[in-house]
Amino acid sequence: MSNVILEVRELTTKWVTRFKEDICAVDHVSLKVEEGKSLGIAGESGCGKSTLALSLMGYYFPPLHYMSGEIIIAGRNISRMDPDDIRKSILGREIAYIPQSAMNALNPTQKIIHFIEDVVQAHDPYQTKKEIYELARSCFETLGLPAGVLQKYPVELSGGMKQRTVIAISVILFPKVLIADEPSSALDVTSQKMVIKMLKNLMENGFIESLIFITHELPLLYNVTDDIMVMYAGQIVEKGTAKEVVFDPLHPYAKGLMGSIIVPEQGQRDVKLTAIPGVPPNLKNPPTGCRFAERCKYVRPECTLHSIPLRDVGVGRAYRCILSEKELREAYAKEADKNAR
Amino acid sequence: MPDEKKLCLSTSGLTKVFGFGRQKTVAVDHVDIHFYEGEVASIVGESGSGKTTLAKMLLGLINPTEGEVYFQGRKRDISSQKKKKEYWKNIQAIFQDPYSSYNIFRNIDTVLLDCIHMRGGRHLPHAKKVEMMAEACGFVNLKFEELTKKYPFELSGGQMQRLMIARIFLLNPKILLADEPTSMIDACSRATILDMLMQLRKEVGMTVIFITHDIGLAYYVSDSVYIMERGKFVESGSADEVILHPKEAYTQRLISDVPKIYEEWDLSTV
Repeated sequence: MSNVILEVRELTTKWVTRFKEDICAVDHVSLKVEEGKSLGIAGESGCGKSTLALSLMGYYFPPLHYMSGEIIIAGRNISRMDPDDIRKSILGREIAYIPQSAMNALNPTQKIIHFIEDVVQAHDPYQTKKEIYELARSCFETLGLPAGVLQKYPVELSGGMKQRTVIAISVILFPKVLIADEPSSALDVTSQKMVIKMLKNLMENGFIESLIFITHELPLLYNVTDDIMVMYAGQIVEKGTAKEVVFDPLHPYAKGLMGSIIVPEQGQRDVKLTAIPGVPPNLKNPPTGCRFAERCKYVRPECTLHSIPLRDVGVGRAYRCILSEKELREAYAKEADKNAR
Repeated sequence: MPDEKKLCLSTSGLTKVFGFGRQKTVAVDHVDIHFYEGEVASIVGESGSGKTTLAKMLLGLINPTEGEVYFQGRKRDISSQKKKKEYWKNIQAIFQDPYSSYNIFRNIDTVLLDCIHMRGGRHLPHAKKVEMMAEACGFVNLKFEELTKKYPFELSGGQMQRLMIARIFLLNPKILLADEPTSMIDACSRATILDMLMQLRKEVGMTVIFITHDIGLAYYVSDSVYIMERGKFVESGSADEVILHPKEAYTQRLISDVPKIYEEWDLSTV
């Protein structure tokens, strides 16, 4: 039976700006990641995806502050742990993180192997250089990277290669959960595919037990992850399996995201792209009711009155909208009908 | 598309070589292109295939090693700064990185005013200029009242890229060269940007040259597609022809690299 590796309950974190304003970029987010499963987080820029990724590690540094909620990783509650302890015993071993600009994360004056020595020795000072080299070599080879990369400087590697190197380094201590924050958004489609293949390999080869993948590209998420969670303005607006969210989205925002997908397949040329008008709300003082209300096509007066709870429908499926499942489906059907005519 | 095709921009044997001797790199290798008025043409290739070098040569930012660029059938002359400026009234570009496309010391009003001045609107009354700027911002779904006196860094990436399109709207060039305009912004704003480019083509009749690595985008926007590999065009033709029935192995690979949702995405081919 699958057991839960990472569980987050009602996590809320905030950024504090220079002017002492609070910005709640992660607002009562709950999620569960089971062993061997991967979770995708989708949403547009500024919806709190990356803040959630940072918050999940439990390692808070100003201006990011913890407010409430629990993060339980492999049975340990890390939400109130001392930052130093987290850095020593959690990061890298339990949970690893690949930042958005991973290509700039390598020190240009050091060879890759020195970087790995640094990482490993920070957690286990008694390993010799030889052992570390062997570990790194076997790890790189399993992941399909040439061992020669270890003796190179970052400038000698191409963008895609750098990204894959960073991923390999981040899993060298066999973390349980890997958080990949837009690992492929700066790469071209060919390198992107290699990165994706590598991430899938990680799971298959037992380097990591679960993966959290953050991106705004829904086709990618659909191909990589088992479950998808859609975020909007710091809140989860929809979650479900990849297939459900992509082909049968319930929340109007998720529906809107689906409208912006472009794939080179027969018949896709005639599909009209539907962009969601407007911009996300400013989280400094978020709207009281539904946060998507002012951009929503199906908005009703009662939407803006009070906050909307996340509605559970079926196992692992939930959405945050005032309309019922049936009403939403009818509205979409009508819309599709209108477009067809 | 217009019935009679008028040649807008073409090149013959355009070549760019970087370095010399053993370290010689041929970035663009004897490329012949024919862009017609009012069409959307895409140049697709992976990183390092010479797409951007080609774009820079078309824009006149770097000099070709060999070959010529023809604008509206005549040889392009950009030998002096003045002639260059004259040429740039006809061809404008949107670049990949909106964050580094602006001068951070100049506010949005000056950015847009510059465009009006460049089109010879220096003597117009101020109210008229404001009206023009508001119209341009309206075209890209931005509100001029909210933008005025702001600086570009106060906007989001998608807004910056849209402001770039507002500039193009004011300048009204013959050709718009879009070099990966959507690769740094998220999928949702991407749809908006693409829609606007299409609108520019429809309403103003602009020729759009779209440079991208994502063949899905190319398929969506373009009439004709050129596939570029190591500085050479390996395949070209209409979008349907090239993307639905690719002949070259390279084109097939590019297509297989884009994640699919309605078909199986084969990961084993890398």
